[in-house]
Amino acid sequence: MSQTPVSAPPIVRFENLCKRYGNEPLVLKDLNLDVEKGEFISLIGPSGCGKSTILKTLCGLTPHTSGIVTVDGMFPVDAREASFFVFQDANLLPWLRVQANVELPLKIKGQSKEKRGKTASKMIELVGLADAADKFPWQLSGGMRMRVSIARALSVGPSILLLDEPFGALDEMTRDRLNEDLLKIKEEDPFTAFFVTHSVAEAVFLSTRIVVLSANPGEIAEIIEIPFDFPRTAELRENPEYLKLLAKATHALRSVE
Amino acid sequence: MYFKKYSPIYMPLISTVVILIVWYSLGSLIVQNKIDTDGYGQEDAEAIRRIQLPYPGEIWDAMIAEREDLISATRNTFTAAIIGFVSSVTAGYLIAMIFAASLPFKQGVYPWVLILQMTPVVILAPIIVIWIGAGLTAITVVTFLIGFFPVVANSTQGLVSTDRNLLDLFSVCNATKSQEVFLLRVPYSMPYFLTGMKIAGTLAPIGAITGDIFVGSSASGGAGLGFMTIVYNSNVKIPALFATATIACTIGFVFVGSVNLIHWLALRKWHDSMISKNQ
Repeated sequence: MSQTPVSAPPIVRFENLCKRYGNEPLVLKDLNLDVEKGEFISLIGPSGCGKSTILKTLCGLTPHTSGIVTVDGMFPVDAREASFFVFQDANLLPWLRVQANVELPLKIKGQSKEKRGKTASKMIELVGLADAADKFPWQLSGGMRMRVSIARALSVGPSILLLDEPFGALDEMTRDRLNEDLLKIKEEDPFTAFFVTHSVAEAVFLSTRIVVLSANPGEIAEIIEIPFDFPRTAELRENPEYLKLLAKATHALRSVE
Repeated sequence: MYFKKYSPIYMPLISTVVILIVWYSLGSLIVQNKIDTDGYGQEDAEAIRRIQLPYPGEIWDAMIAEREDLISATRNTFTAAIIGFVSSVTAGYLIAMIFAASLPFKQGVYPWVLILQMTPVVILAPIIVIWIGAGLTAITVVTFLIGFFPVVANSTQGLVSTDRNLLDLFSVCNATKSQEVFLLRVPYSMPYFLTGMKIAGTLAPIGAITGDIFVGSSASGGAGLGFMTIVYNSNVKIPALFATATIACTIGFVFVGSVNLIHWLALRKWHDSMISKNQ
């Protein structure tokens, strides 16, 4: 593969990455991908194509079997500081209030109460939950809980955000709102995103590139560039170009299923 | 609608009145029976009735008459129950933490905890007396043994069933092992631990009183309520026996009430079981 010289090295690089769990067949096979800083990569594909495994590999939750993954030039386990995970369900601690939930990663890092309190308040405001800082998770709606989860992830100031179907359980209206807000947050507090989803529309709206994976084993079937400028707003969803790319991505997903 | 609203207040009142009516009716039946069939005089028949079924007023009189012995016995039983309960809860949770941290340790020790639990404490009583002598310490040990197991079993369950996703969250945060234990596993296990504590709290007064029957001693004012039961029974002070039962029952309520209060205080704000009640 001929490399064109680039100004900055990729923030994430996969080289011939393979992954299997135990003696099971390969989940991921020969994954090659370079991701630039600030990109928004969506991973779509049928269940069992290893989408979530890619995220788990990136934050060092599970070791890969062969090949190379680097995050900021380091092994994922050493680069844990650089990334944070947004889980499928909000995954909040039910006995902590919103504020304490958002502070948790900073508390684990050993930050002083004052400092982490300030950061957390800022993040809670950024996701639009300033009024709910004193509430417990059970007092919030599903969408609000997801916002808390995102605020928690942002509190550590990650350069890479790994989102594993974060909006899968939400209704479409809430999901659209959160998509728009996520991009707004990214403008204010830039990060590189890896986003696993089952929703093609969501992927087209958010991404700079969509990686379509086939299953058994998971391989890259197609990469679709989404060239729209940022910031993107809700009007984009009516843009004919958007609809064309939506059709293209839907078609690509159907061909691997 | 008033019926439903106030039924928690007056239904218990009604049942109390019913029980009192039955109580006094049975008493007069006994007296009548003694006079009619056995040919006793009124006085003797009453005396027999006082032994078979003392009235509440007589129980109260007995309580006043025996107050010195009863107060000291109550204090002893209560102390044994409290110390036994607190130590069983503390030791039980600590053991559970070691169990959760080390599977080999659990595999080695858990069978022995089970063996201890399966052996009726009453049978162990003589051995306890041989080892540490009869008295308050022995009673405390019995109470401890009774409360220990439910705390260990429940807390271990709570400590090992921590949500997989939350553990992943802590890995992503690069949490140390001790952060994972104290910020996640321990709070997560609280509802389980508190269930164990509730059971231990219910058993503690019962353990302290039955323990006293088997391993108690009156030496140096060490008699508890269990021991007094034996004394009153052999002296045929039946109203005093009922008075002892009343006090034992009250201690039970105090224990269960306090434990329930702790349970409620700890969980009321966040746990599902409490939230549905609050809403």
